[in-house]
Amino acid sequence: MLLRLAWATLTRHRMRTLLATLGVAVSAAMLLDMVMLSTGMRASLEDLLLSRGFQLRLAPKGTLPFDTDATIPEASEVIRTLRTVPGVTTISPVLGGQVHVEGVQRTISATALGVDPAVQGDYEITNGRSPSAPNELVASADFLQVSGAQVGDTLSVAAGYDSQLRSFTGRRTMTLVGVAHFLYMAAEQRAVALPLETLQSMEGARARDRVSLFMIKAGENENVDTVLKRIETALPRVSALSTETAMRQLDARLSYFRQLAFILGAVSLGVGFLLVTTLVTVSVNERLGEIVVMRAIGVAKGRIVSQIVIEGIAIMVTGAICGLGLGLVTAKYLNSILAAFPGLPAAIDFFLFEPRAAWTALGLLTGAGILAGVYPSWRGASMPIATTLREEAVG
Amino acid sequence: MSEAAGVLVATDLHREYHMGEDLVHAVRGVTLEIARGDYVAIVGPSGCGKSTLLNLLGGIDRPSEGSVTIEGSRIDRMRDAELTRFRLNHIGFVFQRFYLMPALTAIENVELPMAEARVARDARLARARELLAYVGLGGRRDHRPAQLSGGEQQRVAIARALANRPQLLLADEPTGELDAKTGTEMIALLAQVNRDGTTVVVVTHDEELAGAAKRVVHMRDGVVVDDHRQEPR
Repeated sequence: MLLRLAWATLTRHRMRTLLATLGVAVSAAMLLDMVMLSTGMRASLEDLLLSRGFQLRLAPKGTLPFDTDATIPEASEVIRTLRTVPGVTTISPVLGGQVHVEGVQRTISATALGVDPAVQGDYEITNGRSPSAPNELVASADFLQVSGAQVGDTLSVAAGYDSQLRSFTGRRTMTLVGVAHFLYMAAEQRAVALPLETLQSMEGARARDRVSLFMIKAGENENVDTVLKRIETALPRVSALSTETAMRQLDARLSYFRQLAFILGAVSLGVGFLLVTTLVTVSVNERLGEIVVMRAIGVAKGRIVSQIVIEGIAIMVTGAICGLGLGLVTAKYLNSILAAFPGLPAAIDFFLFEPRAAWTALGLLTGAGILAGVYPSWRGASMPIATTLREEAVG
Repeated sequence: MSEAAGVLVATDLHREYHMGEDLVHAVRGVTLEIARGDYVAIVGPSGCGKSTLLNLLGGIDRPSEGSVTIEGSRIDRMRDAELTRFRLNHIGFVFQRFYLMPALTAIENVELPMAEARVARDARLARARELLAYVGLGGRRDHRPAQLSGGEQQRVAIARALANRPQLLLADEPTGELDAKTGTEMIALLAQVNRDGTTVVVVTHDEELAGAAKRVVHMRDGVVVDDHRQEPR
């Protein structure tokens, strides 16, 4: 009967209920987006960093991977040392650089990664194969689109531009053997990957036996932090970074983002709460006569409060469910805008949908619905019966 | 009359309340005993305190002084939840403005007190149908209050008041919002309810309604000035 009365009351003022539900839906959509935003980028980046199984990264002392142009010298020696560190199973060196590819009509510049194709963790082949010889490379789809090159083409590739001599330190004729999806590249960033030794050689003396980064896998049963400490002990001249440490550093850098998301999320929740509180208060004031008569005929105060709270929750939950869909659509749209943000990997989702985010938003809104209903309903159910009836009769 | 014999015993009832800065003495020392099966009309000019007295007798207002005992229970001493439960099981209310739940149908309105008393669904549906037939609305049980006339709404209100088989039915100006013809029908219905065993107390300005009662209590300025038995018309 309680549910029946709550439902009947909500459907009695259909337009008002509908408008309130839509208002809550908009508020819920924004809340969901903010919850997704506050956790999405972090979770997405963590997934990205762990996507190829590398839990550790070594960068030049005092830097973050690819944060500066600094490189690690004596890379061969570092690799030899790393192989002696217990728990280290895979070492993937990466050198970042720039190459210039002579096209039919113009020269095209691209970000170049020098890698060990057998153990690399920077790209996934989508067409063709990985380089297996010093004069082979793979490129991103964007590179192919701009250059007009195709898998199997021979390209003239230059690197290491010397502005004093106005010439390249290295030039090779290379074969394009595959198309790759580069995991850490920004959207529409032209990229190629070639064997590490080839890029080091083309970049000249400044890159000889140098790398920008090592990516390292620890054994399955190894404690990553323990391996990290061993590496720091063995190689004090590099900065070792676990995914967890990277995430902590990211957290520090994204604190502004999260604060903004938190504030906007709180505002959304507040708006939803006020909306339902207003609706329930108006509804209770309209029904004071009915409410005190229910009390007079023996309906318990708690039951009346429950019925009105159910009305608030029903609006909140229905609005939240509608808002979930709306939030996902707006998140997708906003994600497509932010994905084009320069310098950020395209694979990062700012608004990553996680069931936890939806449950969090739904839980917060349901809680707000309960709170929104409790005060006005308790106030209404606590009105003195005789006095209220007398005032209702006069009114 | 002893307390045991009376279904309702009110002793030295006072009710004062503030209206702005003024202290209003709405009921001043009323003592009243109502026997089981009686039909009492409380009459008097507007503002004499008769509705306040009815509210005190029904436990929807608390006396400033004095006591109210119904079926041996001191309702003026009960806590709010206990008193609510008592009203549910022992007292039926009928109001001048009907006060049905507009979102519910006639039968759902009658079911409401039974649902609160946790009567099983089948039993309360059967009882609600029986009561609506009793008040002459068997064919309009699925109508909402807005689809019913004033007289029909008041009949539903009476059916609702009788739902939990109360010993006592209290009605405050039950014909106040009805036309003469419908008012007469309502008077007949209340007399029937009384004949069927329910003690009825009505507050009214309506002479015809007062004339149908077995006993008439006259009030003026918060006190009982006359209390006599009569032959119901």
